[in-house]
Amino acid sequence: MLRLEHVSKIFEDGTKAVDDINLEIGSGEFVVFIGPSGCGKTTTMKMINRLIETTEGNIFIEQENIKDKDVVELRRSIGYVIQQIGLFPHMTIAENISLVPKLLHWPEDKRRARAEELLQLVNMDQAYLDKYPNELSGGQQQRIGVLRALAADPPLILMDEPFGALDPITRDSLQEEFKKLQQSLGKTIVFVTHDMNEAIKLADRIVIMRQGKIVQVGAPEEILSQPANAFVEEFIGKHRLIESRPTLQTVQQIMNENPISINEEQTISEAIRHMKDHKVDSLLVIDEKHVLQGMIDIEMIEQNRKKQGNVKDIMETSIYKVEQHALLRDTVHKILRNGFRYVPVVDKENKLIGIVTRASLANIVYDSIWGNNESISV
Amino acid sequence: METMQTFFSEYGNQLLFKTWEHLYISLISITLGIFVAVPLGVALTRIPKVADKIMSLVGIIQTFPTLAILAFFIPLLGIGKVPAIVALFFYSLLPILRNTYTGVYNVSDNIIEAGRGMGMTNWERIRMVELPLAVPVIMAGIRISTVYLIGWATLASYIGAGGLGDFIFDGLNLFKTEFILAGAIPTTLLALMIDYVLGRLETRLTPTGLRNPSEAA
Repeated sequence: MLRLEHVSKIFEDGTKAVDDINLEIGSGEFVVFIGPSGCGKTTTMKMINRLIETTEGNIFIEQENIKDKDVVELRRSIGYVIQQIGLFPHMTIAENISLVPKLLHWPEDKRRARAEELLQLVNMDQAYLDKYPNELSGGQQQRIGVLRALAADPPLILMDEPFGALDPITRDSLQEEFKKLQQSLGKTIVFVTHDMNEAIKLADRIVIMRQGKIVQVGAPEEILSQPANAFVEEFIGKHRLIESRPTLQTVQQIMNENPISINEEQTISEAIRHMKDHKVDSLLVIDEKHVLQGMIDIEMIEQNRKKQGNVKDIMETSIYKVEQHALLRDTVHKILRNGFRYVPVVDKENKLIGIVTRASLANIVYDSIWGNNESISV
Repeated sequence: METMQTFFSEYGNQLLFKTWEHLYISLISITLGIFVAVPLGVALTRIPKVADKIMSLVGIIQTFPTLAILAFFIPLLGIGKVPAIVALFFYSLLPILRNTYTGVYNVSDNIIEAGRGMGMTNWERIRMVELPLAVPVIMAGIRISTVYLIGWATLASYIGAGGLGDFIFDGLNLFKTEFILAGAIPTTLLALMIDYVLGRLETRLTPTGLRNPSEAA
């Protein structure tokens, strides 16, 4: 789809902004360029639609050298979204969205239809079509900015920190929305950011740049698990390396294999004794086949202490559990997000085989900090 | 009161004619000025390095005394309306030129980059983006220029161009206050009127999207 061959850019003042970049981007791929400011990521992107001309090397789109194309036609065939949104304040939303189609001389009714269609894509009301940009919120404006890039249905879209100026909540929802949109439309995206969270969230492949050179290219998991050097590690951030550990592991690898459990047929008083013996305040309840049935804690027993009966009569049956091969990352997320103290682990037959507690998480974090410090001091 | 009545019965027709003359000398000069200064101003934004020099040159012309300029055109173009219009035209240039340049130059870089990135040609960008966005500033320049010009046009009578200046100079020569007022008052009214009309035009021409920022969500 897109190929960069030995691309370099030397500015008039002699600074080498981009230094011999080689990269091949496949169709439908979401590629994120990331690096500290001045690393050449934006320059590289702008060379693709020739807002900046290359000094050396060639860029090919669908095997065609962009130097051989008319620059205006080239740009009209590539979507472009900038950080500051850059909507035209004197044009309505409909006019803004259908600007490239207008440059391409589409008839009026077709342009309008396209604008309507695109607005539906992001679930915005048709009433917005005749409003002006200053009547929209920042998030809505950038949605329009993205739609504008999609208007003439270009296969390739360049995005220069498009969500950088938005507040975190809007940014989050826009990122999600856009990722879905990209996947459903199958667009190839070249995306520039300095936000690692954003890169990990959106990218199929991340290109890390520094001083005009590519330091590492790879899928987010790859970069997180095998950072190429100390720079990448530093850039990713230690906390993320810790967070990333869980992505590599399944629940089974860290679970405690001896959860305190009790058979459902046992009595409540037996349950209390069991808790006391093991110094816990809750028990997982299983049947004779070891299948997880529910849980019981001290509070439930307290409320039902006058009743004589079995554990199964008072236990809570709807509990959250994970399968042994579930990714630890997701489990960690749920434990932290929902405030669970532990999550039982089951196998395919729903048999209880272990438990992940908050204490197990502490172990992972401890290990990764320890491991991380070691690798840096070496 | 009586003096006014006698004045109007005697000079009423002449007053109307001179006012008309005054108006069209001014308007022709300003129209020429717009046609030259607006494109020139836009062109200058493409060459910002040269632009400064040209702007200061025009600024210098502006400082020449009006009478001197008027007199300067007599050997070249003789006397009458043509040299007056040419001289006033030169005067009208600066405010329009400067405002066009500033207005277009100050269109936000983001918007320009968005336009370029989407594949607008230079001409499309000027026509569809830069000029519409610069309209309020350009119109302000045209208003200033026009009001000045209507005042200066009184001096044009000195080189035989006619207009309301005739009354003023007659009044000065003959020491007749009513003549001076008969020149000065309509000139002022004319200037105020034109300014009002252009103000309305400015609002009309300002793109809707720039007019109501208060409604922003």
